[in-house]
Amino acid sequence: MRLKLTRLFGWWLLAVGFWPRAKSQERFLLLAAACLLIPAVLFADQAPPQPAKSSCVDCHSSFPAPTGVTEEQWATDIHAQKGLTCASCHGGDPKDPSPEGAMSKKAGFRGKPKRTEIPAMCAKCHADGAYMRQYNPSLRTDQLAQYQTSVHGKRLAKGDTKVAVCIDCHSVHGIRPAKDTRSTVNPLNVANTCSRCHSDAAYMKDYKIKTDQFAGYSASVHHDAMVVRGDLSAPTCTTCHGNHGAAPPGVASVENVCSTCHVFQAQLFDISPHKAAFAAMGTASCITCHSNHRIVHPTDKLIGTGNEAVCTNCHASGDPGFAAAGRIHDDLAKLDEALKRSDEVLDKAERSGMEVSQARLEEAQGRDSLTKARVTLHSFQPDKVEQDTQAGMKIADKTYAAGLKALAERDYRRKGLGLTLITILVVLAGLRMYIRQAESRKQSGGS
Amino acid sequence: MASPPEAAPRTSAHSNRLVAWLDERFGWEDLLAPLRHKTVPVHKLSYWYFLGGITLFLFVIQVLTGILLLLYYRPSANEAFESVQYIMTQVQFGWLVRSIHSWSANLMIFTAFAHMFSVLFLRAYTKPRELTWLTGMVLLFLALGFGFSGYLLPWNTLAFFATKVGTEITGQVPLIGKPLLIFLRGGEEVTGATLTRFFGFHVALLPGITTLLIAAHILLIQRLGMSVPPSQEAAWKAMPPDKREMPFFPNFFAHELMAWYIALGVLGALAALAPWELGSKADPFVPAPAGIKPEWYFMFMFQTLKLIPAKVGPIDGELLGILGFGLGGLVWVLLPFLGGDRYGRRQVFIRGLGVFALAYMLSMTVYGYLAK
Repeated sequence: MRLKLTRLFGWWLLAVGFWPRAKSQERFLLLAAACLLIPAVLFADQAPPQPAKSSCVDCHSSFPAPTGVTEEQWATDIHAQKGLTCASCHGGDPKDPSPEGAMSKKAGFRGKPKRTEIPAMCAKCHADGAYMRQYNPSLRTDQLAQYQTSVHGKRLAKGDTKVAVCIDCHSVHGIRPAKDTRSTVNPLNVANTCSRCHSDAAYMKDYKIKTDQFAGYSASVHHDAMVVRGDLSAPTCTTCHGNHGAAPPGVASVENVCSTCHVFQAQLFDISPHKAAFAAMGTASCITCHSNHRIVHPTDKLIGTGNEAVCTNCHASGDPGFAAAGRIHDDLAKLDEALKRSDEVLDKAERSGMEVSQARLEEAQGRDSLTKARVTLHSFQPDKVEQDTQAGMKIADKTYAAGLKALAERDYRRKGLGLTLITILVVLAGLRMYIRQAESRKQSGGS
Repeated sequence: MASPPEAAPRTSAHSNRLVAWLDERFGWEDLLAPLRHKTVPVHKLSYWYFLGGITLFLFVIQVLTGILLLLYYRPSANEAFESVQYIMTQVQFGWLVRSIHSWSANLMIFTAFAHMFSVLFLRAYTKPRELTWLTGMVLLFLALGFGFSGYLLPWNTLAFFATKVGTEITGQVPLIGKPLLIFLRGGEEVTGATLTRFFGFHVALLPGITTLLIAAHILLIQRLGMSVPPSQEAAWKAMPPDKREMPFFPNFFAHELMAWYIALGVLGALAALAPWELGSKADPFVPAPAGIKPEWYFMFMFQTLKLIPAKVGPIDGELLGILGFGLGGLVWVLLPFLGGDRYGRRQVFIRGLGVFALAYMLSMTVYGYLAK
């Protein structure tokens, strides 16, 4: 209201300044006052609201890391944006300008929490459903409970302070919500965040676990889906290991983990002869053939009896599994070849301008049959796979025939065009002769 | 059994009797008399006279192939694409009819533009042919309307989004833009209602108006005769015995017939070697494909609108472009009235304007296709 009145006063000064009967001296003063007033008023309401001053930042912004926190850094933190202050975690009185007053025990100053205290400190709010509901009703509040079941949590409980606590993954003083692509725990960045410790051979030395997980994941089909194709639903470390309850899945639970996405493969594996065999051998199901972190894009060469086939790791020539693997591979390769042949001929017809969209549509169904067969192979029953490949073969043969027909039609059109052009040339020659005759008749008639 | 030598006189006798019958009732001979006496000037630029005839021939091809397409085409969002696909793949020679229809539409617009520029540069638009120019210009705009409305009819992705962009531009026209957009689209968005509307324009409204205007255009040409370029006219004035003419029937008509046959050959070759594509069915819910472009004859305007900044001073850039093209089009239509005398000094300016417009349209079209 005050702003509006000031603005009105400014415009009034301007109007009076331009009033024709105003004296020149008055006019100058009025206009000068208006000029000073109006820009200030115009832009006053556009200035961003200033955050409440904190004595903590006054000092700590000039400190080096790790105690240094700049105002800009703190402003990006979701907690700052929701109105929390330094005192919310560290205690003390940020309104007190003196360091002694601001960090006095009397004001509840806790200082830097120990690493072992951090999960419980964060959980004070994050495990309080009633408190968290006011900020984000859909946010889970079981992080601490989950953490306590994780390898990290269990080791921390035993006093190992090298393991990850909340701030190692979520960062500190610049914590962004997970959906923010700049957040360290955004699906796009999770693998990098985990790799900060898990790829550090020196840091992980005491734990006697491999440090090639990130390198393996980076070469995997899952990484390709996530990073190259931007599919945020693709798996990253936390999808298989859990986030707050991070732990390696046991041999028995690997299939359950993979089946959260690969439902049909898991169902078919359950009815396959491998289910019992793997259980007896004590090997984890999916990763026996596909590996764990370095899960590369599977090709048909993975199955069969060739050099790249994983089947030969267990099966040898002469056993029924070896023969079954060879048969499945051959069926898949045959359909793939038939579809490629159809694709080539349809491509050729399309390049010639022929309309083959219907055949293309059917060909896509043939590709679906191949995909289905590649899923069905997880039953490791050649007859079941053959059912799918046969359905695809029928389609591939049909679309190949459609492509050949389109090419024959193209040739027929070209022959028709040739005949038409010859006819047109003959007619043109006839017309030319007729014109010459008409012109010579006119000339002879005229002369 | 009649011997061959007797057949000709008998046919001739029959046709003479028919002519006599018609003449007795309608004065047939009087009707044909002007055509018999009509002559066409013969000079080194005579070949430009064929462009109008070729454009007319392509229009007739459009009408004939359009009627054939109507036997199978279904103007609804659910069936349009499938019906064109059926025409292209199942109907005997359907591919030929549709390809010729599409190619002749493009060639017709090309020859119409060429005809317009030839008339401008040969100063055939000046007094007394102002109305011929006026009807011709309206015919050119109608041809563009045919192109715009016909482009949507196969209901494929490119056509759908090109129509969306095109009608959006129409919506920028001051005052009448929004109502015009609603009228063209049959609602706020491009939907099946737009398709039905465009179909109506394409097969009923535009052909009706075009046929009437073509009749008026030809009548004016018949009444006023062929224009002779000023330089040739001056040469013949200085040396009257050099003046050469040919009868319209049969000499010029035979020449024109040759041109039509060549056009038919070109159309056939294009249809057989590069059949008009169908693309994929329009899906209003998918994002527009990248680098969407209009038909070539709208490209110069589209590219210009793209290049104009969003704001030019206080005015919206797109609006400024539309106003500019609107004003330019109006000036172009009124050229015979603004240009003054056929031999006047203003003609030099108009020739320069014509060269600039042609160069601008060509360069912007090329730029439009090369630009990403």
